[in-house]
Amino acid sequence: MTNANLPRRSWVQRWHVKGIGWTALMVLLLIGSSKMTDVNVGMFFSNLDQFADLIVRMSNPAWDYLSVIIQPLIETIQMAILGTTIGTVFAIPFALLAAGNLVHNKFLRGFDRLVLDLVRTLPDLLLAAIFVAIFGIGSTAGVITLAIFSFGMISKLFYEVIETIDMGPLEAMESVGASKITIIWYAVLPQIMNQFVSYFLYTLEINVRASTVLGYLGAGGIGVYLQRSLNEFNYGATAVIILATIVVVLIIDGISNHLRRVLL
Amino acid sequence: MDEHLATFLRGAYEMEQAPIISFKHVSKVYSNGTVGLKDIDFSIPKGQFLVVVGLSGSGKSTLMRTINRMHEVTEGEVYVENEAVSAYKGRSLRTLRRRIGMIFQNFNLINRSSVEKNVLSGRVSYYPTWKSVMGLFSAEDKQKAVASLNRVNMSEKIYARADELSGGQQQRVAIARTLMQDPKIILADEPIASLDPLTTKTVMDILKRLNQEDGLTVIVNLHSVELAREYADRIVGLRAGELVYDEPISAVTEADLNKIYQAI
Amino acid sequence: MQAMMSNNKPHLSLWRRWNWLVWLIIVAVVYVWAIGGLQFTGLQESAGSVSKSIVHGLVNPDWKYVYNGSGEDLVSLILQTLAIAFLGTIISSLISVPFAFWAARSEKEHYRLRSGSGKVVLTLIRTFPEIVLAIMFIKAVGPGSYAGVLAVSIHSIGMLGKLFSEAIENMDRGAEEAIVSAGGNSPQVFMMATLPTIMPEFISYTLYRFEIAVRSASILGMVGAGGIGTPMIFAIQTRNWPRVGIILLGIVVMVLLIDSLSEQLRKRLI
Repeated sequence: MTNANLPRRSWVQRWHVKGIGWTALMVLLLIGSSKMTDVNVGMFFSNLDQFADLIVRMSNPAWDYLSVIIQPLIETIQMAILGTTIGTVFAIPFALLAAGNLVHNKFLRGFDRLVLDLVRTLPDLLLAAIFVAIFGIGSTAGVITLAIFSFGMISKLFYEVIETIDMGPLEAMESVGASKITIIWYAVLPQIMNQFVSYFLYTLEINVRASTVLGYLGAGGIGVYLQRSLNEFNYGATAVIILATIVVVLIIDGISNHLRRVLL
Repeated sequence: MDEHLATFLRGAYEMEQAPIISFKHVSKVYSNGTVGLKDIDFSIPKGQFLVVVGLSGSGKSTLMRTINRMHEVTEGEVYVENEAVSAYKGRSLRTLRRRIGMIFQNFNLINRSSVEKNVLSGRVSYYPTWKSVMGLFSAEDKQKAVASLNRVNMSEKIYARADELSGGQQQRVAIARTLMQDPKIILADEPIASLDPLTTKTVMDILKRLNQEDGLTVIVNLHSVELAREYADRIVGLRAGELVYDEPISAVTEADLNKIYQAI
Repeated sequence: MQAMMSNNKPHLSLWRRWNWLVWLIIVAVVYVWAIGGLQFTGLQESAGSVSKSIVHGLVNPDWKYVYNGSGEDLVSLILQTLAIAFLGTIISSLISVPFAFWAARSEKEHYRLRSGSGKVVLTLIRTFPEIVLAIMFIKAVGPGSYAGVLAVSIHSIGMLGKLFSEAIENMDRGAEEAIVSAGGNSPQVFMMATLPTIMPEFISYTLYRFEIAVRSASILGMVGAGGIGTPMIFAIQTRNWPRVGIILLGIVVMVLLIDSLSEQLRKRLI
């Protein structure tokens, strides 16, 4: 009786097709990917003693190694600062071109965004490997890798900021016949400067993290020493490098966070 | 003595004899020193439609939540059906809460779940944990859910997702969920504050019907004096945690109510 | 009033007027230090010719490598890369849930020992370099994609745990309140209110983290942890630029497809 005014459920709802479908898909993907990656829980535990040995040796950091790695740590930060800056310089024109409220030419904008999307797909270590092949081992390859990596990231962050600006001042200047460059300088930049700097610092944080491992492939900085210590099974040194890296990254994060709070 | 008056007085006397809720010198001071409630002392007879009015921050919500122990009092005692609520613990506290339905300003539904699931969740305290968590509700309770939805005229939306409904519809679903508890008391904390005038009337009418047809004791916190006068059997007013007004509806005057809202 | 304000003015604006110069000096010093500290030595004279052959290789990719049925071709290894990212992200998302509840601040808490320690642990996990994790797991389970899965699983906890815990801190507690007031016990509140409320956000963050995991899974192979990275580093070391070209192309297509798929799914969730 009470059921009289119940709506009819479609068969999709009645048999929970969506829920069962998603669950089945997930189970299939899980089974498929464990097969493909030879995941074997037993193997991990049967080799646990080796892993434990590694952990034990890493938990005895060779502190005297600290003096060796201070210089490369500094180099790492310098690489990150330079790479981020170069990337930003190139990102600004691309960001302006990609902003829908400044550039009305759809084709130009679309092409620009496509380039930026493509740049962003490339993982940093992969770029590092290629640039080491081109420029040889050293921090040059690292700086260029970081520049390209931050270019992709910053241009996207920037054009998204530009698209949110207040168009009032722009229209006012356009109506009095100001040139594009003048408009950008006087009406766009003041509105976005703080956010630009904030995103720059944020990217710098990410680059400091990234730069610590680039050296693993020969692109300069602390990563070179990381690779050396691992190759020599000198895990005490590895531990010191990782700890020092973590401390540096946290300090940079702290400074950058503080500056960003001041800015916004 | 007039016969009608005699019946009325006897009724009133009986009501007085069996208050379903009574506050005995209830005070609440928050840990930061803010006074929430100050020496509240009154009783609510069974079957009353009580409206509590007062400014926001006057302690209405706190007062309501001391009844089902969602808030603890710091002094005094609240009695529900002559039992001190502070005596309840764990399982017995949950059965106390089962007897007291609660309706909220923001409906508090699970947005992405179906109406049916939301309504059935009102039944949790009748089920062992594992059954309710797996969604294994009995056929009778599913029937009951339909019946509850019928009472608020929402059964045709039983398979809809909660966030597809309008505010008024969501509140009606929330009432249906509360009915699943088989409550003796309904607490409604600003139930219409997020609704438009038309749906406000629907929701208030439903509450009134539950009060009159099922004999439920209904306590409603309201901002609106007009609505209070339209629906209440009795109005109490709070100001800064103190009970400053308490009159049956027959004795309420516009002037009185305006006083409650006057700043101190 | 007027007089007072104009009296105060020079004091205020002294800093205001000159603070740009202070910043400029700081920035200049930082840059002089950064540029001066780096040695741009070791530049190969062959850089030009190498770049030329790279470009040549990129323009003429080794199409034969796309699929040859050996299981060591581009398609198989791209799929393996996706499998590493997928499995790693799923495992990580499960482990992240308890971490997130550990690190999420609650209103009741007076001293923040619990959530604070949780946040510190998550930060440490996040900062621990993923390739070092991969190398450590290679020692444990041998080279191959299994080590990659383990590295992604552990490293992602740092970020997912943080995002999840922020979602918990900002979640709407309404549904929880409703179940409590209906007489639910804490497991019931958790399973019937907390999880359903928070789930869409958790899934959305997991998808986002999957996008990142796809990128890292494609480079973990460079240290021997399976996936497309291994043939990539071989091809670079042997200067097999057409091979590098086709692999790069494969990675770009894979990442673009996964990003747009994940974006579609995330849009439907919210």
